[in-house]
Amino acid sequence: MKQKSGFRTDLRKNYQFYLMILPALLMVLLFCYGPMYGLQLAFKNYRVLDGIAGSPWVGLKHFQRFFNSHSFAQVIGNTLRISLFAILFGFPPPIIFALLFNELRHRHFQKVVQTVTYIPHFISMTVLVAMLFTFCNQTTGIVNILLGKFFGIAPIPLMQSDKWFVFMFIISGIWQDMGYGSILYIATLSTVDPGLHEAAIIDGANRGQRIWHINLPCLMPTIVIMLIMRTGSVITVGFEKVYLMQNTMNISVSEVLSTYVYKLGLVNSRYDFSTAVNLFTSVVNCVMLVLVNWFAGRVSENSLW
Amino acid sequence: MKQKFNAFDVLLYTLMILILLAVIYPLWFIIIASVSEPSLTNTGQVLLLPKGFTVAGYAMALKEQSIWTGYLNSIVYTALYTCIGLVLILPAAYGLSQRDLKLKKPLMGIFMVTMFFGGGLIPTYLLIKGLGMLNTLWALVLPGSVSVYNMIVARTFFATTIPYEIQEAAKIDGCNDYTTFLRIVLPLSKAIVAVLALWYAVGMWNSYFNALVYISSESKYPLQLVLREILFRNEQLASSFDGDPKSYEELYRTSQLLRYVVMIVASVPMLMAYPFVQKFFVKGVMIGSVKG
Repeated sequence: MKQKSGFRTDLRKNYQFYLMILPALLMVLLFCYGPMYGLQLAFKNYRVLDGIAGSPWVGLKHFQRFFNSHSFAQVIGNTLRISLFAILFGFPPPIIFALLFNELRHRHFQKVVQTVTYIPHFISMTVLVAMLFTFCNQTTGIVNILLGKFFGIAPIPLMQSDKWFVFMFIISGIWQDMGYGSILYIATLSTVDPGLHEAAIIDGANRGQRIWHINLPCLMPTIVIMLIMRTGSVITVGFEKVYLMQNTMNISVSEVLSTYVYKLGLVNSRYDFSTAVNLFTSVVNCVMLVLVNWFAGRVSENSLW
Repeated sequence: MKQKFNAFDVLLYTLMILILLAVIYPLWFIIIASVSEPSLTNTGQVLLLPKGFTVAGYAMALKEQSIWTGYLNSIVYTALYTCIGLVLILPAAYGLSQRDLKLKKPLMGIFMVTMFFGGGLIPTYLLIKGLGMLNTLWALVLPGSVSVYNMIVARTFFATTIPYEIQEAAKIDGCNDYTTFLRIVLPLSKAIVAVLALWYAVGMWNSYFNALVYISSESKYPLQLVLREILFRNEQLASSFDGDPKSYEELYRTSQLLRYVVMIVASVPMLMAYPFVQKFFVKGVMIGSVKG
């Protein structure tokens, strides 16, 4: 039954639903769309007294400066390096863990394993990084003491060196999120048809073969989607952990876009330049996301929208 | 289908136990180090059990006013943020879960754009400043309160697990859309509300970035910022020191202990909370992975 003034009847019939949505909508308009007005700073020479609107336009000056500065290559390079290594080494462990977990046969043991491996996810970055600094201290840290005792390795400045920064960042990330990151895979594995396994057993397949030929293929669609989504944010490295891990010894490899934008903007008060760098990041992010989503749609008929 | 415990299982269980140990040991170490003599901890003599038992670290933590101020602040921020967030997103998610809403698509679009694009740090900072919210708790609890991701999870949950017939029946029995939501839908959605509440709470409790940006007076610092000061001030301590080496040693000793203690104190609330919600995680994470 189509009606002529469909919109009006919709409003009359559903106004209570619209009222339910309204508060959230207003918040988003204010706090998410509101700041977009300030994006013009990226193309302006910000003067406090003139405010955002009154400051003079300078075109692409800030962008040119950023692209020509020697920070550009460094910061982008660092961000990509950390991000790519984090995908390369951080992405597989939850999958492998889930496949192994799925083979455990004692329900109680499974429960214990899950509860324990989730713990690190609920620890804050502040505590995590403090743990790193404490354990990996060159002289008093347990890691160096044990390495020296058992392998005779001379103390390594794990947290004070540009050589070890990425390694420490990634290994702590695996420790923190392997368990929690496996939830989705474990849940997917629980939906695998037991008939497949029964048939495989009759055909004489062993456990390893069944994991490889049944469980892994069943996980594949999930893996592909997760990987593609992860790749979409390849230019994003979160602020909190990196910022805490930074020091003068590793800054050449640890300065990433998020920390760079923060320091430029709020430490050095270069609002316009910082906004330009930030805008550049957002645009690259969006482009990546669209590309990745297009790609996802082609390979798996699964896409974000 | 009971099978015998074979070599594969032995390997598997050994590996799992090793993983468990790798997760547990660092945490256990923090606990034993917090009650051990720092000079023994620092020379690798504390490995499995506390040595040179002392509670000086806990005694010092009790006296350290900033920790308790931070604790209280964090509790207030976390509770307020979680409540505001849920009050905003749950009704909105329910509204958006309705099939016959004409403006559903454009509204979802407006929400979803913010997941991928925003004004960024400085424009947001200037807005908060313009609203006069700098250095107030509102700067922490309001801007991020509508988590679109969480809202989509709630929306998908409402759309897929609350039977439409129940909503119809409620309406026939005299409920309007509000009362249907409050009396029928919400009580059926406890699982997802619990997960979302936990996500909100953990997000606020564990973060320090927004506080770093917006909060300038120390009396309003959330716990994580206080921790940052305590945990990372050792280097400053060493560099700014000039005086009696003995008092320095004592200072170093207690500050060392205090570090372990505050790590524990800060992590306990969230670690106590999540096991209660754990059985609902799967539901939340699964729904979140499905496209909005």
